[in-house]
Amino acid sequence: MTDNKLLEVEHLTMRFGGLVAIDDLSFTARKREITAIIGPNGAGKTTVFNCLTGFYVPTEGRLTLSANDGPRLLERTEGFRISRNNGVARTFQNIRLFTGMTVLENLVVAQHNRLMDASLFSLAGLFNLKRYANAEKEALERAKFWLNKTGLYEFADWNAGNLPYGNQRRLEIARAMCVEPSLLCLDEPAAGLNPRESAELNLLLQSIRDEQGIGLLLIEHDMSVVMQISDHVIVLDYGKKIADGNPEAVKNDPAVIRAYLGEEEDDELPPEVAQDLHLDPKAQ
Amino acid sequence: MSSLLTSSRVTPVDIAKELAFFAVLAVMMSIMILGVETVDRPTGLELALRWDLVLLAVCATVVGRLGLIVRREHLSRLLQAALIVISALMVFEMFVRFRDLDDRWVSPVTFDMATQSVGRAIFFICLIAIVFAIAYFSSAKGRPTGDEDESNKISARLQVAYRTNTKKVGMLGIAFFIIFPFIFGENRSAIDLATLVMIYIMLGWGLNIVVGLAGLLDLGYVAFYAVGAYSYALLSQHFGLSFWLCLPMAGLFSASFGIILGFPVLRLRGDYLAIVTLGFGEIIRVILINWYDLTGGPDGIASIERPSFFGLADFSRRVPEGVTRFSDLFGIEYSSMHRLIFLYYLILILALVTNFVTMRLRKLPIGRAWEALREDEIACRSLGINPTNTKLSAFAIGAMFAGFAGAFFATRQGFISPESFTFLESAVILAIVVMGGMGSQIGVVLAAIVMIGFPEMFRELAEYRMLIFGAGMVAIMLWRPRGLLSFRDPTILLNMSKKEKVAGEKS
Repeated sequence: MTDNKLLEVEHLTMRFGGLVAIDDLSFTARKREITAIIGPNGAGKTTVFNCLTGFYVPTEGRLTLSANDGPRLLERTEGFRISRNNGVARTFQNIRLFTGMTVLENLVVAQHNRLMDASLFSLAGLFNLKRYANAEKEALERAKFWLNKTGLYEFADWNAGNLPYGNQRRLEIARAMCVEPSLLCLDEPAAGLNPRESAELNLLLQSIRDEQGIGLLLIEHDMSVVMQISDHVIVLDYGKKIADGNPEAVKNDPAVIRAYLGEEEDDELPPEVAQDLHLDPKAQ
Repeated sequence: MSSLLTSSRVTPVDIAKELAFFAVLAVMMSIMILGVETVDRPTGLELALRWDLVLLAVCATVVGRLGLIVRREHLSRLLQAALIVISALMVFEMFVRFRDLDDRWVSPVTFDMATQSVGRAIFFICLIAIVFAIAYFSSAKGRPTGDEDESNKISARLQVAYRTNTKKVGMLGIAFFIIFPFIFGENRSAIDLATLVMIYIMLGWGLNIVVGLAGLLDLGYVAFYAVGAYSYALLSQHFGLSFWLCLPMAGLFSASFGIILGFPVLRLRGDYLAIVTLGFGEIIRVILINWYDLTGGPDGIASIERPSFFGLADFSRRVPEGVTRFSDLFGIEYSSMHRLIFLYYLILILALVTNFVTMRLRKLPIGRAWEALREDEIACRSLGINPTNTKLSAFAIGAMFAGFAGAFFATRQGFISPESFTFLESAVILAIVVMGGMGSQIGVVLAAIVMIGFPEMFRELAEYRMLIFGAGMVAIMLWRPRGLLSFRDPTILLNMSKKEKVAGEKS
């Protein structure tokens, strides 16, 4: 089990001035597993992602990624290099596609570094040497593979911005997979999907886990997704980890139920406030 | 006119009222601005009354308003277009006359101007035809009529035709520019003008990399042009290096300046980047003015060496001992036009190289990364694209082409001074890119012809350059806010042909 470790987060703390967004968080994500991070709004889930993918530099803590070629420390790597050297790819909560470019172009851009190396700083590309032509062909094949996988093949030449919402979500996953990551971070991939699309997404994520053999890190609010496909669930509340385990165990954890429903706190309200709330529930 | 009076909902009385109202308005606005002019006479400052101008202004307003009424009521496209053209001609006439002191009531100056030469007459007719076409095809919203669909279809079809045949249009354009000197071979001013336009086309294409592809608003592009020009001038004066050796060096120097400037400022975005590049452009100009020992300050650098025929022959009439004369090399009679035509072809080749490199780079990872960066920088970082290096490469390559253009400018003029590199130049180049449609190569050509060619052809109206420039910009922003030709061609297609893609987007 231990040699299967992909990502080890130790004592991660992120402070913004006086606000502690993540407080001493430690967890492990493994290869060939889907690790879900859940928690109420503002619990610090996306902040964890931003620390992992180099958008924030953590205040404290160590993030170790053990990809194929030995462990690397993510918190010491400059932003964009995390994806380039360590293979951490991510999607965004509010989709960030290159909307003016076609679907296929989005997938080719994701393979920038491989193509850039092949094009020898564009010189080989400028004269269309064989070396670059082969690399481009390969990139195209990889893009086609993921287009098929996500069911977007027929939309390949559409502008990404013109795709329906559900397809945009899937395209973002395909784009991240074209980086050939060892860890894929998905920020609410099921947000705004209908039940059918959500079920398709489950299948897609499971097949990525089983066929590519990579680790997936998932932030999600849709419990049907979380409970069905994740192997391991971590619950955050106010930046602290309150539960960690398999889906069944987490679902029945009293601390989790309290964080989500906040049942006990209702009684602590002064009577006049509680009365106001009941009189005008919409004011909430 | 009869259809106007009978077939409409509005009565002639309504129309008359409206026209009268606008006539009064026009009188009130024009009488003080146009009607009275101070003239410097030997006896002192005198007031001159310009009733002809007021009359023209009022007539133009009334006729134009009538055209708009016809448009509003969907009466007759032909009448609408004719009225608007007449009104536009009156406005033009008014501007031309504004500079003339002796008021001539009878002969229209515009007519004299238009019939001065065949070329100008053709140009005038084209201009009128364009205005006519725009007026003919523009229709008011609401109350759609039968033929409105028709016009939309025509413009849509034109767009599709252009987009599917971009390559052919480009080839035709190149062919035209190649045979241009054969048509106007003896016309010195035509070649000069074409060369000037070509310099701006090249600058526009260079800036298009930075602004159009990478989406970095650069207001100081002329600085790199200046660096290129001064590099050549100084290297040639102090070290006696030839133009052919200095040309790549000028590009290299400019690219280095692009990197030096880019490194600290490229973390800025949008407006902030624009302000910093604006400042950089000014700094370069101020240095050129004040570093008297090196640059000659405001006096500039004179008698810069002219280019040789690839080091083989010289274009001068009298050549020093041991140097071949160009005309002797080919055994033809000497003509001072040879040098001009050679320069024209030189800038044509430089511009085409710029174009082809840009077109090729677009299809390479670096070009795709530029466009991706323009669309979403955060997503680029998450995909492992180094934003700083990518932006720097766009900046450096754009600057390099400006450097080439600058070296060419120096060798063509034979004299450079900081006055040639003011902010206005940057603004003009940027306007060419924006007007042409960001990222559109053919759009840049059209815009450069409009922005540089037209003002040179109408030197009489030089005073109104900025006025017409402003009006043109407003018009572009109203009707084609994304530029004349604002289409993005995909760099790679999988299933569809280009035609299908274009057709698919229309629906």
